[in-house]
Amino acid sequence: MLDDFMIRAALAGLGVALAAAPLGCFIVWRRMAYFGDATAHAAMLGVAISLAMSTSVFAGVLVVSLLMALLVTLLSGRGYAMDTLLGVMAHSALAFGLVAVSFLSGIRIDLMAYLFGDILSVGKADLAIIWGGTALVLILMAWRWSALLMSTLNPDLAHAGGVSPKREQLVLTLALALMVAVAIKVVGVLLIASMLILPAAAARPLSRTPEVMAVMAAVIGSVASLSGLRASYIMDTPTGPTIVCAAAILFALSSLFRALRHTSTETPAH
Amino acid sequence: MALIAARNLTIGFAGQPLLEQVNLDIRRGEILALLGPNGSGKTSLLRTLIGALPPSSGCISRQSGLVTGYVPQRLHIDETLPMTVNRFLQLPNRHPREKLQQALDQAGAPALGARQLSTLSGGQFQRVLLARAILEKPDLLLLDEASQGLDYAGIRQFYRQLEQIQQALDCAIVIVSHDLNLVMQSATRVACLSGTIVCQGSPDTVAGMAEYQSLFGLDSPSGHPATAGVYPIHPNCREA
Repeated sequence: MLDDFMIRAALAGLGVALAAAPLGCFIVWRRMAYFGDATAHAAMLGVAISLAMSTSVFAGVLVVSLLMALLVTLLSGRGYAMDTLLGVMAHSALAFGLVAVSFLSGIRIDLMAYLFGDILSVGKADLAIIWGGTALVLILMAWRWSALLMSTLNPDLAHAGGVSPKREQLVLTLALALMVAVAIKVVGVLLIASMLILPAAAARPLSRTPEVMAVMAAVIGSVASLSGLRASYIMDTPTGPTIVCAAAILFALSSLFRALRHTSTETPAH
Repeated sequence: MALIAARNLTIGFAGQPLLEQVNLDIRRGEILALLGPNGSGKTSLLRTLIGALPPSSGCISRQSGLVTGYVPQRLHIDETLPMTVNRFLQLPNRHPREKLQQALDQAGAPALGARQLSTLSGGQFQRVLLARAILEKPDLLLLDEASQGLDYAGIRQFYRQLEQIQQALDCAIVIVSHDLNLVMQSATRVACLSGTIVCQGSPDTVAGMAEYQSLFGLDSPSGHPATAGVYPIHPNCREA
């Protein structure tokens, strides 16, 4: 069954959608959208380093994303605004990555494959990495769920409940680094953030509790992955961007649903 | 034995001390009101007591196994986060539905369980926060201007509910408030902050003290409300 490249691509897309769902929710709730982008951009440096040292791209990306996540967490709240820090580090890492790639003469690198992903070339080993990473992210999220929610609501409430918000932020950024490393093969550096944000944002109008929103985001992300894959096969379009287009269409539908519901019920002002 | 005891606390930001030489014991069964002008460090003291703000020096000892409930001054719930009141009450621990309803009843918010947090008014939100804080049966309940957003009748009712909660849970309550008169009626002890604890004692004792009157500009002997400066420390004005 795994010998069919479409099956492998579908499984890879599903894995990324599942890992992205709970993470994406926290990114939306904590207004960290830029963080996903920044970690993904920094991943380009990881690609360059791993190609230069002929190690696996997954390992290189994971190390650089983790470093980036740790550095930003350490430096935040020390005189720089978060978006400034992220801007400095993400674009420096991206620029250094692109420069480093240009030094790698002799190796012909398809940069496009890393910028936009190459889901159709996912092999069995890639699948193992993707699903291993997804499992790890999901375990981490399930384990820290309550503590993460409390820190997201209010740091002081978290402290009073014996939860350290700083530690939870670290957990979240580590999980994010893992997710970026896993997803780079599927959607590429430029579109990873969209897999985080679009399904979560689309799930918001359909949800009354955080848990429902995470599950809905997983459903929407999975539908986007599978339908995008199918559409790209039929229309012969690049797969990664087609998946993101499918997610964007689902987001538009969910926004429409919200708009219709609001006009029909006329929610009272508060 | 005190539930929580602070010794020689200094609390400050960026090397600037906000409060110095703070010694405070909080015992089961009392309702302690922390009073002081804006910026006198009431909220910072509460945050230090719950462990959210490390003191610059001094130490805090807690009774082992102390359960703390905290009602923050402001809690902004982002509209991107869907959250019903019942779900919010169960952070971090799950509880049976009857317990949730009981806490909501005690806090004076019986009908709010199914509502979304982002649709609550300020006063309703404060009651939900209170319900959440008492759900774990705390030994120590800390409230930071929890009556804001309530009208006068609402505030009176709120303090009556606090007294009932105190009796029902046999806990200690620390409350930061600006409703001088009302909080003085409910409190069993009052501590006034301005750089340090300038005076403390039973509400009647403190209300008669010059420090208290000058701090809040009430009938100060000179006829002028106090603006700034250091006030004499009365270590002996504790409640008998």
